[in-house]
Amino acid sequence: MTATSTNTDVVRGTSARRRRFPRHVIVFLGPALIVYTVFMVYPLLDSLRLSFFSDEGTFVGLSNFAELLPGGSLSSSFWNALGNNLVFFGFHLLIQNPVGLFLAVLLTQQLLKRGRGTYRTLIFAPTVLSVVIVGFIWQLILSPLWGVVSTPLLGLTSTALPTLSMMSVWQFVGIPMMFFYAVLVGIPDDLIEAARVDGANGWQIFWRIIFPLLLPMLGIISIITYIANLNAFDLIYSVQGALAGPEFSTDIMGTLFYRSFFGFQLQSGSTATGATVATAMFLVILAGVLIYLFAWVRRVETYEL
Amino acid sequence: MTRKIKWMAGFIALLLVAAACSSDSTDTTVAAEGGTETTVAADTGGATASGELVIESWRNDDLAIWEDVIIPAFNAEFPDIKVTFAPTAPAEYNASLQAKLDGGTAGDLITCRPFDASLDLFDAGNLADITNLAGMENFSSVAQSAWITDDGSAKFCVPMASVIHGFIYNADAFAEVGVEVPTTEDEFFAVLDAIKADGTYDALAMGSVDQWESATMGFQNIGPNYWAGETGRIGLIEGTEKFTDQQYVDTFATLAKWSDYMPDGYEAVAYPDSQALFTLGGAAIYPAGSWEIGLFNEQAEFAMGAFLPPVKTAGDTCYISDHTDIALGMNPATENSAAAETFLTWVASADFASLYANSLPGFFSLSNHEVTMEDPLAQEFLSWRGQCESTIRNSYQILSRGEPNLENELWAASASVLNGTLTPEAATVVLQEGLEQWYPPQQNG
Repeated sequence: MTATSTNTDVVRGTSARRRRFPRHVIVFLGPALIVYTVFMVYPLLDSLRLSFFSDEGTFVGLSNFAELLPGGSLSSSFWNALGNNLVFFGFHLLIQNPVGLFLAVLLTQQLLKRGRGTYRTLIFAPTVLSVVIVGFIWQLILSPLWGVVSTPLLGLTSTALPTLSMMSVWQFVGIPMMFFYAVLVGIPDDLIEAARVDGANGWQIFWRIIFPLLLPMLGIISIITYIANLNAFDLIYSVQGALAGPEFSTDIMGTLFYRSFFGFQLQSGSTATGATVATAMFLVILAGVLIYLFAWVRRVETYEL
Repeated sequence: MTRKIKWMAGFIALLLVAAACSSDSTDTTVAAEGGTETTVAADTGGATASGELVIESWRNDDLAIWEDVIIPAFNAEFPDIKVTFAPTAPAEYNASLQAKLDGGTAGDLITCRPFDASLDLFDAGNLADITNLAGMENFSSVAQSAWITDDGSAKFCVPMASVIHGFIYNADAFAEVGVEVPTTEDEFFAVLDAIKADGTYDALAMGSVDQWESATMGFQNIGPNYWAGETGRIGLIEGTEKFTDQQYVDTFATLAKWSDYMPDGYEAVAYPDSQALFTLGGAAIYPAGSWEIGLFNEQAEFAMGAFLPPVKTAGDTCYISDHTDIALGMNPATENSAAAETFLTWVASADFASLYANSLPGFFSLSNHEVTMEDPLAQEFLSWRGQCESTIRNSYQILSRGEPNLENELWAASASVLNGTLTPEAATVVLQEGLEQWYPPQQNG
């Protein structure tokens, strides 16, 4: 993803005289393209198609989507889920990413020279754990019966969603940390030394020199977080179940989709409703990505170092 | 020009990432369902039943019992039929079975969920009509009610077992605190008060975070005494009773009183936690379903007993939830229908009833055969069938067909009542309004 926005000038010369189409490119791209089309693009387009049909297979136009609007049968659950999704994203954007940045900055400090590798590995370790394991461990830690807190954090409507968000933040904070770290170590020392010679203090160096260089990465991390959070499902499902209690306070679009598509207990699954929710998810994510591309990427300056 | 390409490329890359992520959940599940079954041997003989049978089931806990006890017993009688028990995880069963049926790879015999899940399969032609199968006469109409068309014309599964609700108690704890088994509601709460005052044990081992226990072991457990079992259940279906009627408000009101006796922080206590709390000897009473018996026998090191959901006043007729839970049907696409029918008839026999009930204490045979149970706790549960009127959970038949789904709402409402975030009256209003949105018999007035 990062590669696309830089080094475009290299290819400029080739368009001048038309060369024969390099056939070997097909061989290189073919397998990935076929696999991707069959397992990703086709199912995605097919679920878009399904959202315009009823369960019986008759074309119903946009009427499935009308159910999502106020007054429709899915409206309250859908907007509740979307709202919860955005809260879930908010926690990641405002806590996970700043904390990740903070950790990355700490890791590049001189005083941390010795334990750097160890800390980096430890902080990154939860990221590779299965979400089910993370959910289970935290459930035990937070259990009022055997755990360390007596407040039923996962059982109250007011605290359940923040608690789950923080579990996820704990697990994935290593990812923004690694991204930021990669940028930070790539910043040439001369820049910082020059600033220091000019009399800048640490705070000024960070905000005036390091932070502007981090901005493109901040955008990329934010959009990755956005996509991942709006697609979230596994943590909520493994900790709170598909009904995402208490009182649907942790219900997100992923769990809503699961219940409507596959059914739950006595609720029969509905391909039409499921596909509609999935399509709505896709559109919400697409909207976020477009905002990123047109409102963020165009304004942020990328510096060649 | 290059600038445009640059943006196009960036846009497409992000779009593909978004696409990849958003289709993720669908893909993985589809892949998980894709696991195919052992193919069925095509060479069926003539009149004599022989061949291979594959049983689809969600009871993966029972794999050993099927392989070591039930199938060998069947083969002792019918050595030519090879039977394979092929279970999937309970939560995936419905979805994976549907995928296998659609793909033509499902087994010959299909374990039936009660009511609509199986009725949908029958309507879609995925379960055979076995109304005239030899052995079906061994089941009462209540036993068959979960696997029959709405008009009663066709039956499609052989009932295997039901589960009964009640309370399992720690007999040692009762002796230590000095309380007797309660029979009326006043006695029940007096016992709870005594245990709470004593302080050694949590009175009720239950939590509300998983929601289904609140509805299943709470509301559906004590409720039949309030709504008079079948009378109330059928009243709701026919529209002569409403959830806002006093008996349903009272059920929730009694349930709400439980929260004082549940462990601290019960709002976040999960089902396995409350099971462990009870079997480790930390709690005195466990609001139960009989399916717990097997696990509790294995894990608890104290004497256990069971008692009925308490009645209002001594001498009242008692009602129990004797819920039809599991049955076995035939895939019409099977190439071994003769062998499959032989197996189903055997499932309807007294031999199977006794074998199944004793291998899996807590799952009670639905047949009219006399079954001798060896497990004392299971015997206790079973004896209630003689004392009380049986009914099934009121949300299961017909009423959970629409959107919003009654069973899901009932889970959430029961848990909220226990958490104190919804009053009993408000809970019944939620259920009634949900039902009125789609169920015509509840819509007039």
